[in-house]
Amino acid sequence: MDISSSFAAAFGLIVGLDPQFVQIVGLSLRVTLTAVLLAAVIGLPLGALLAVARFPGRSALIVLVNGLMGLPPVVAGLVVFLLLSRSGPLGALGWLFSPAAMVIAQTLLVLPIIIALTRGTIEELWGEYREHLTSLGLTGARAIPTLLWDGRFALATGLLAGFGRASAEVGAVLIVGGNIAGHTRTMTTSIALETSKGDLPLALGLGLVLIALTLAINAAAYGASRIGARFAG
Amino acid sequence: MAMRDIASILPLSVEGLSFEADGKRLLDSVSFTLPKGGVTAVIGPNGAGKSLTLRLCHGLLVPCAGAIRWQAETGRRRHAMVFQRPVMLRRSARANIVHALAAVGMTEAASRADAALARFGLAALADRPARLMSGGEQQRLAIARAWALEPEVLFLDEPSSQLDPGATRQIEEIIQSLASEGMTILMTTHDLGQARRLSQRILFLDRGRLIDDAPTQAVFAGQSSNAARAFIAGDLLW
Repeated sequence: MDISSSFAAAFGLIVGLDPQFVQIVGLSLRVTLTAVLLAAVIGLPLGALLAVARFPGRSALIVLVNGLMGLPPVVAGLVVFLLLSRSGPLGALGWLFSPAAMVIAQTLLVLPIIIALTRGTIEELWGEYREHLTSLGLTGARAIPTLLWDGRFALATGLLAGFGRASAEVGAVLIVGGNIAGHTRTMTTSIALETSKGDLPLALGLGLVLIALTLAINAAAYGASRIGARFAG
Repeated sequence: MAMRDIASILPLSVEGLSFEADGKRLLDSVSFTLPKGGVTAVIGPNGAGKSLTLRLCHGLLVPCAGAIRWQAETGRRRHAMVFQRPVMLRRSARANIVHALAAVGMTEAASRADAALARFGLAALADRPARLMSGGEQQRLAIARAWALEPEVLFLDEPSSQLDPGATRQIEEIIQSLASEGMTILMTTHDLGQARRLSQRILFLDRGRLIDDAPTQAVFAGQSSNAARAFIAGDLLW
């Protein structure tokens, strides 16, 4: 099969909403969105706390979190694999090779990004707001709701960056999900597998969806910062 | 102002107030009393400790020595502060006031906020993002926000240093009307004309020390320390 006919077949899969294709895209989005949501719920308050709190070891923690932003996905996958494997501490859950395991692995990947970007955004805001909020009695953790709300547009960009990383990675979901057809097969793991099998249309079709997704994320991030500048100053 | 029936927090007595940062003594044993009413202007060269004195009195900083005693201890802070560069939250003008009222636990935040906006001529700008307003409007909003908290004492740090003459005049009129309504005002200014126009009393600080504490008229008539006379005459202090 040559490349042009592969492209044609790929478009056919997308336009025809091929069931297998839709299932893979759907699972990918479900896993990644759940992971980003979990990471946001944990990471936004933690990042904000790291920004306003002063305690011994804070600098080391900031360096650690920043470093973990570059955590190789396969290493995250390996850690979750060890946790969830039959003899691991969470083996009893039986989550290995399930979408739940993939969510955990991606949450682990996204969390440092969200914590680090939140910390940076909130620390800058805190520098600007500190005296006013202190004057109102909002110090420490009591300042966090105000800061998170006022940083909402910048923080949205951070969440989108996390979504971008999770949706594009292949190593972690491959290790903990196992790339089981119809169960744990995502866009990225399918592309890797189908390319090596020679099924280029499916790989190309999924690739096109991934690229479109990346563009959409960047457009949304750009839009968020524009809206922020326009309506919040 | 719902300050009837409540014990006044004034007079404020400041005794031996000192503050150090990085081993440098920035404020050295400053003592004064702030009775109820009137406008008191803190003047002096850059780095004299003017803003620092206000921040310490307002409780934003902890002194390394000395005491700040309010006549009555109250649950809610009954003094408010407006900063040289107004801090505007990334919200509408109204939401800025509502946020402050909610933060200190005041009820009926929405109607109080609208009253404050109307009082300072900002009703038409209520829904405007605060950070997109002009410098003069932002400073008026900062004062409106502080006023809405119903403080007995208002600390103003260089309230018009960033403003053009028109906006400065508006701010001065606001300060005069607040004072005439019985609010006690302690302000810093580097604008000696402003100190003369607004205040009845001058605190002259130089290098962290309180040199003069006298009626404004007397200070500007030359009945003060040599340092204050030199400062007012425009001589460089060092």
